Amino acid sequence: MIAIIDYGVGNLFSLTCSFRSIGADICVTSDPEVIAAADRIVLPGVGAFEDAARKLRESGLDKVVKDECAKGKALLGICLGMQMLFEKSYEYGEHEGLGLIKGSIRPIADVIGEGLKIPHIGWNALHFGDKKDELFKYINEGDCVYFVHSYYGAECDESVIATAEYGAELTAAVRSGNVCGVQFHPEKSERVGLAILRAFCEIN
Amino acid sequence: MITKRIIPCLDVKNGRVVKGVNFLGLADVSSPVSLAEFYSKCGADELVFYDITASAEGRALFTDILTEAASKVFIPLTVGGGINTLDDFDRVLKCGADKVSVNSGAIKNPSLVLEAAKKYGDQCVVLSVDVKRVDGEFRVFAKGGREDTGMEAISWIKRCVSNGAGEIVLNSIDTDGVKRGFDIEMLAAVCDVVNVPVIASGGAGCAEDFVKLFKSLPKVDAGLAASIFHFGEVDISELKKKLKAEDINVRI
Repeated sequence: MIAIIDYGVGNLFSLTCSFRSIGADICVTSDPEVIAAADRIVLPGVGAFEDAARKLRESGLDKVVKDECAKGKALLGICLGMQMLFEKSYEYGEHEGLGLIKGSIRPIADVIGEGLKIPHIGWNALHFGDKKDELFKYINEGDCVYFVHSYYGAECDESVIATAEYGAELTAAVRSGNVCGVQFHPEKSERVGLAILRAFCEIN
Repeated sequence: MITKRIIPCLDVKNGRVVKGVNFLGLADVSSPVSLAEFYSKCGADELVFYDITASAEGRALFTDILTEAASKVFIPLTVGGGINTLDDFDRVLKCGADKVSVNSGAIKNPSLVLEAAKKYGDQCVVLSVDVKRVDGEFRVFAKGGREDTGMEAISWIKRCVSNGAGEIVLNSIDTDGVKRGFDIEMLAAVCDVVNVPVIASGGAGCAEDFVKLFKSLPKVDAGLAASIFHFGEVDISELKKKLKAEDINVRI
C-alpha cells in the first residue's frame, strides 16, 4: 500500500486518481500508524515552502517521514514535496527542509537568464545524463513532462537523476537511495507521468 | 526547452459538448469526458472546459463532468465560464481543475484576479479576454463578445497581469470563426507588453495557421481552437507532426 501524505497542502484529487488508474493500492492519510504500515510514501505539495514546511512540522509528520525513510521505505516527493526533501529553501527567506536530499532550493530567476518567463510552466523534455535511473525505466530520454515552478533544486549534483533545459539545466528529479523526488507533476504528465509512477511502485 | 502547446476547447452546456462533434470511433460524440479522453490520447497538451450553462442544474452537472474528466485525463485542465467569485474558483479546483479562467467576472470585479492570485497562486489564474477592433483601437468585449466595455485591451491586460494573472487567452473576435488564421497583429501587440504565457485563440482554420502562428510570433506559447478539432478538420496528432517537421518544438 502507498500512503499519500495529507498535511493540508494542495488538492490531492488528481494525484490519487492517477495512482488508481495504474492499479496502485493507495491511501490518503495523516495517520502515523497508516504511514508506518505502508510500503511506500508519497509526499505531495503545492504552494509556498514556508507554509508547507510549517504544516508538516506542526502535524508531526516530518518526523514520521524521516523515520520511515531511515528504515529504507521508498519515498516520492512531488513538486513542492520534492523541494521539502532538501536541507533548506531560499523561497522568501531561509527555511529548513527535511534534509533527506543534500542541497538547497533557490529561485530559477538566479540561473535562467533574462527574457524567459517565470514560472517555468508547461511541457519540457527530461534528460537523464549518463545513467538512467530505474524510476525512468518505462520512459525515454527526451520524453516530456509537465512543470509548474519558480524555484529549483540547487547544489544537489550527486542526487540529480534528470534535468530539464530552461535557460539552464534545471533539476527535474533527484534520488538518494530510497528517497526520490520529482519537480514536475507526473499526475499531469499523461502516459509518461503514469509510467514514472508505475516505476516508483516497483522500486524495492 | 518548453514546448508549444495545442489546446482544444470544449464548450459544455447541460452536460454536453455544444459545438457539433464528428469523430469516428467515439461511442458518445457529445460526451465531454469521452472527447477529453480522445484528445488526451491524440496528444493535446491541455484542455479547456468552458461552462456555458446558466442554470443551477446545469452548473452542478458541469462540476460532475469535470470531476469525471479529471479522474480519467491526466493533462492540465483549465476551467472557465461563470467564474465570478473565489467560491467559484474553489468549486472547480476541488473537482480537479488546475487553472481557472476568468473573463466577464474580472470585468465586473477587477479585484477578482488579485484575490484569486493571492489565494491560489498566479499560475492558477488565467485571464481570458475577448477583443475586437473599434475606432482604431483594441477594445475589450464582455458577455461572450456581445457587449463593448469601452476599455482599451492592452492596458486592461497589463493591469490584470500586474494583479497576478498568470496566463492570457487572447480571443480575437475579428478573426473568430473566419478560419483564415490567428490574429497575428493583435497577438503581437499583447506579446510585446506582457511576460506571462499568451495563448492564441480565434481564427484557426487549418494546420498551416498554427505553423504561421508559432513561426511569426515565437513569444506565443499555445494555440487554442474548438470546432476545427471537434469536426476533425485538424487532427491533433497530425498537427503536431507537422509542427515538428517545421522545427517548432512540440511534445509528440
